[in-house]
Amino acid sequence: MSTFHNLQELRHSASLANKVFIQRDYSEGTTCRFQTKFPSELESRIERTLFEDTVKTLNNYYAEAEKIGGQSYLEGCLACATAYLIFLCMETRYEKVLKKIAKYIQEQNEKVYAPRGLLVTDPIDRGMRVIEISIYEDRGSSGSSSGSSSVSGSTAR
Amino acid sequence: MHLGVSESMRECEYNQISTRSSTPMETPYKNRTPKKRKWESFPGRNKFYCNGRIMMAKQTGVFYLTLALILVTCGLFFTFDCPFLALQLTPVIPVIGGVLFLFVLGTLLRTSFSDPGVLPRANADEAADLERQIDVANGSTGYRPPPRTKEVVINGQTVKLKYCFTCKIFRPPRASHCSLCDNCVERFDHHCPWVGNCVGRRNYRFFYMFILSLSFLTIFIFSFVITHIILRSHRFGFLSALKDSPASVLEVVVCFFSVWSIVGLSGFHTYLISSNQTTNEDIKGSWSSKRGKDNYNPYSYGNIFTNCCAALCGPLPPSLIDRRGFVRSDAPQLAPPTNGITTYGATQSQQGHMVSEIKIKAAATPLLQQHSSEPVILTTCPENGGSMPGRGPLTLGGPCASLPLGQPTPPTSIPSLGCHEAADMLPIHGHGHSHNHSHPLQEPVAHHHFLTPEEVPSPPGMLPCGSPMGHNHAMQAGFYNPASQDSLHEDSVRGLVKLSFV
Repeated sequence: MSTFHNLQELRHSASLANKVFIQRDYSEGTTCRFQTKFPSELESRIERTLFEDTVKTLNNYYAEAEKIGGQSYLEGCLACATAYLIFLCMETRYEKVLKKIAKYIQEQNEKVYAPRGLLVTDPIDRGMRVIEISIYEDRGSSGSSSGSSSVSGSTAR
Repeated sequence: MHLGVSESMRECEYNQISTRSSTPMETPYKNRTPKKRKWESFPGRNKFYCNGRIMMAKQTGVFYLTLALILVTCGLFFTFDCPFLALQLTPVIPVIGGVLFLFVLGTLLRTSFSDPGVLPRANADEAADLERQIDVANGSTGYRPPPRTKEVVINGQTVKLKYCFTCKIFRPPRASHCSLCDNCVERFDHHCPWVGNCVGRRNYRFFYMFILSLSFLTIFIFSFVITHIILRSHRFGFLSALKDSPASVLEVVVCFFSVWSIVGLSGFHTYLISSNQTTNEDIKGSWSSKRGKDNYNPYSYGNIFTNCCAALCGPLPPSLIDRRGFVRSDAPQLAPPTNGITTYGATQSQQGHMVSEIKIKAAATPLLQQHSSEPVILTTCPENGGSMPGRGPLTLGGPCASLPLGQPTPPTSIPSLGCHEAADMLPIHGHGHSHNHSHPLQEPVAHHHFLTPEEVPSPPGMLPCGSPMGHNHAMQAGFYNPASQDSLHEDSVRGLVKLSFV
């Protein structure tokens, strides 16, 4: 199994083998949280700690976005006072955090996931329902049939 | 901004042309058709205006009535009553009236035009994955499984999450499916015909501000029109006063009838906000102590002040349905087990036309052969010209077959027009139960929903196009083992065959 050095290479020479969906964790209410349970399909592809780190960081970002505290109250009251017209020129705190999340995911993809033949999709593209992780198979290795069972992928680093 | 968008689109298109210059299927015409925006292929029953900026429910007649009532009453007030009052009492009256009027109008438009918190439907891969999990959980038996629910414990209270057959997702807690708009809405409160939209997580505060300010405005106009008539009657007599200002009578009548309903509604919603409940939950008695001694609202923060602040001043989540984004070509689809029928992934780039160009090929076709050397996953098409370059949407560089736009009407959507009463906004709460009961009979029909154009329209029966057949066969062996996939696949293939003759 050849190594994928970057995202571009991954896309140009790999084919999609499987997709894993990390579902939402509603045990703390309706705030956005994803389950940190390590899916079995990724066992051979990535270390558990790396995966859990990613999900935990994402959960922290979302918690920060949805935090109800001084700053959000201020923003809410100011918006109400200006009849919500202020949102035409200013972006909400949530949107700012979403941009940070997008950047983080891109960085994670480039540094951690693409070299292992994986790709993390930003949850906002999936309606905040799931974190979709695509598992890629190197097209060069014609012998391998199922992506998740090939162990050699883990040596790609 | 727009220029940037079209340039990046062109960039994508150039890439596609350059790698597939020999195809007869790829006519230059196809690559130059403008890309559609996502709102144009939105599966719900909503109406969009201003190129996707405005989103409303399908029936908007009552909304125009609301608007007309407010505009006419305020117009009459400013024209006939304000001059007298400004002179006799103080000019502050029209000023306050004006401010209130603008606030009411602003919040009304904001409530009506914004996305209430619609949850986008699951794409084919997600839906298939969920189906697999459900089948595994139920132990795949031959016959239809019982209604799908998941239980989750939130703050010590057990909450049941229901599976929405239309949207193919497990609804998050407090979400509900609006049968009028045919969408799952987060923190669904009710569908308000007066506002012409659902009231959900994203526009609840605007709705509350609207009815609150409208109550103040109604009381304001009512009291000052009465004052006007009284002052005039002192000078000129009652009948003469009425003759001089006939509009006042109309205003009084409208305001009198409105006050009861609007003020009542404001009071009701104030109660709901302070206890952090939705109309839906209150009507169903989800958290009432009558259900059980230990039944309590797990979402409440404990005190009224925090609940109010959270509902009104909490963070405003962004819209999850990217209305104005461009429909991009299919993300790579997972290859399901084939039944000897090879199909290829569709792209949405030409979806505007009701032309079905699905080709179901039983063997390697000239088309596929020409693409045999193509890598499956090609260029990234940045959306809106503004997204990150290195991430996300992978475009399928395949021949552009398009699916016809089928408008899915869920078989169990029960039009609850009977619940509409002119006087009050009765909540049309999601028909979660009814979905569950009647769906076992209509499972086959539900499969057709796989074919409805969404972000990723291809049914599971489609292979990523451009990849050589042999490789695909080898790939498919490893996954989607459960037998249930076959029935799913068969249904979707059946649906495909149906569509190709449309």
